[in-house]
Amino acid sequence: MNSNLYALIGLGVAVSFIMALKGLSAPKTARRGNLIGAFGATVATVIVFFDPSIEEGHNTLLIIGAIAFGVIVGVPAARRIQMTQMPQLVALFNGVGGGAAALVAIVEYLNLGESASFGEVLATVFTVLVGSVSFSGSVITFLKLQELMTTRPVVFPGGRFVIAATLAGALGTSGWVIASGGTTPLLILAGLSLLFGVLFVLPVGGADVPIVISLLNAFTGLTVAASGYVLQSTLLIVAGTLVGASGTILTRKMAEAMGRSLFGTLFGAFTAKPQAAAGAGEARPVKSGSPDDVAILLNYAQRVVIVPGFGLAVAQAQHTVRELADLLAAKGVEVAYGIHPVAGRMPGHMNVLLAEANVPYEQLVEMEEINPTFPQTDVVLVVGANDVVNPAAKTTPGCPIYGMPILDVSEAGNVIFLKRSMRPGFAGIENDLLYDAKTTLLFGDAKDSLTKVVSALKNL
Amino acid sequence: MTTMAILTIFLLSVFVGFEVVSKVSTTLHTPLMSGANAIHGIILVGAILVAAEAKSTLETTLAILAVVLATINMVGGFVVTDRMLEMFKGKGGKK
Repeated sequence: MNSNLYALIGLGVAVSFIMALKGLSAPKTARRGNLIGAFGATVATVIVFFDPSIEEGHNTLLIIGAIAFGVIVGVPAARRIQMTQMPQLVALFNGVGGGAAALVAIVEYLNLGESASFGEVLATVFTVLVGSVSFSGSVITFLKLQELMTTRPVVFPGGRFVIAATLAGALGTSGWVIASGGTTPLLILAGLSLLFGVLFVLPVGGADVPIVISLLNAFTGLTVAASGYVLQSTLLIVAGTLVGASGTILTRKMAEAMGRSLFGTLFGAFTAKPQAAAGAGEARPVKSGSPDDVAILLNYAQRVVIVPGFGLAVAQAQHTVRELADLLAAKGVEVAYGIHPVAGRMPGHMNVLLAEANVPYEQLVEMEEINPTFPQTDVVLVVGANDVVNPAAKTTPGCPIYGMPILDVSEAGNVIFLKRSMRPGFAGIENDLLYDAKTTLLFGDAKDSLTKVVSALKNL
Repeated sequence: MTTMAILTIFLLSVFVGFEVVSKVSTTLHTPLMSGANAIHGIILVGAILVAAEAKSTLETTLAILAVVLATINMVGGFVVTDRMLEMFKGKGGKK
């Protein structure tokens, strides 16, 4: 293919990615934006086979086979995944992207051999280091979110020194690669970086995990840009940089939504002591009610706010909760949903779920707007949420969620918790609100409980 | 490509990246992150380029592995983003 035409198509693809990101930042254009990006990526994948610099026919069948295999793995995973498990899938996709970037850099390094320029070696070292961190870090976030390992921060004695030593080792090895070249130091660098990725994410716990996913996403973008430098591909430089830059902004916005500095999120766990669980709390009495009690409370309320959380997602109760809300609205009760920015496992998780159940957009109220209305609210129905309404975020300095803005549900007349058990939330801290006199607990799967409340309400 | 040209492209892309997401609403944080995630799957292009040049068995093996991983990232990323956004459909019409 003519090299100018090739470059021009590459430029078109880069523009499609800008349009994709732009589209994705507004609800109306989001889906179209994503499709534009997908189209651009497809075009780029097809035309790269006509890249003027590559030898015709070399390994082509093998490459096409590998792509087909990737599609066979990736598409069903993306199609079949439950909406509740989406965050960990995104983390995993991000991780394999980082791994791919690191591999590309290693292969190109082997290929260039002695002829690699200083800049190319530098970019290779960066890509291998950051790509490997992104890969192993994402795998750990996946394991945490999938609850294949503990969701709490993992802090071990001397952990800080081990982390610092690993990082120093990785940086030192980087210097070694740059100074002397050779394959062995690069592989040692990859190994140390993988280890650092694991150690870096282990102490991050609870609600901070989504922020780390977003950060690793931005990292992967930068590695793609660096590989673009080594491979002399403008498209990779532009696309990778776009993701790196927008990902950084997004990470900051997420951290802001949770009321904490990025620095605190990433390094807070390094210094935090493992939180002593409030042992005295476990024996305290709670007030649990029946579905009928809950139905009566709701029936005679003027205003009800529903606070959804991860439990709603797990139970797939979004349709049932909407049924309940419609029923209440028909009885003249004012209903709104209080959406915490990080309810669920990812910012915006609840909006996605409730949109699936066709909940009118106007009923989804963001935290800043709903908080002042709680004193005028008769009943708050907390469906499978915990950390986002936990007053410990305000009252207990040093607890993992301290400083995170919460929904002030304790200001309302009554609080009803639909919970599976007394188990603490994702952040692993006790919630004092559960023991409050105005709190009623209804144990069980959120969907079952809601179904029972709906039928009780119909019989009133 | 000269280093200066690359630096120019890089810096301008940084500003475009900042600018395009500066007004995103909380609702769209997750899909946007997922969409950006799919876009860095474009490393597939790089993986194909190195795979087509790979000489030794080691190089070929690593490059083909990179192609598989990058494809999963790109294709899976776009599909899962579309699934998330599918749920927002119709809302524009109702409003």
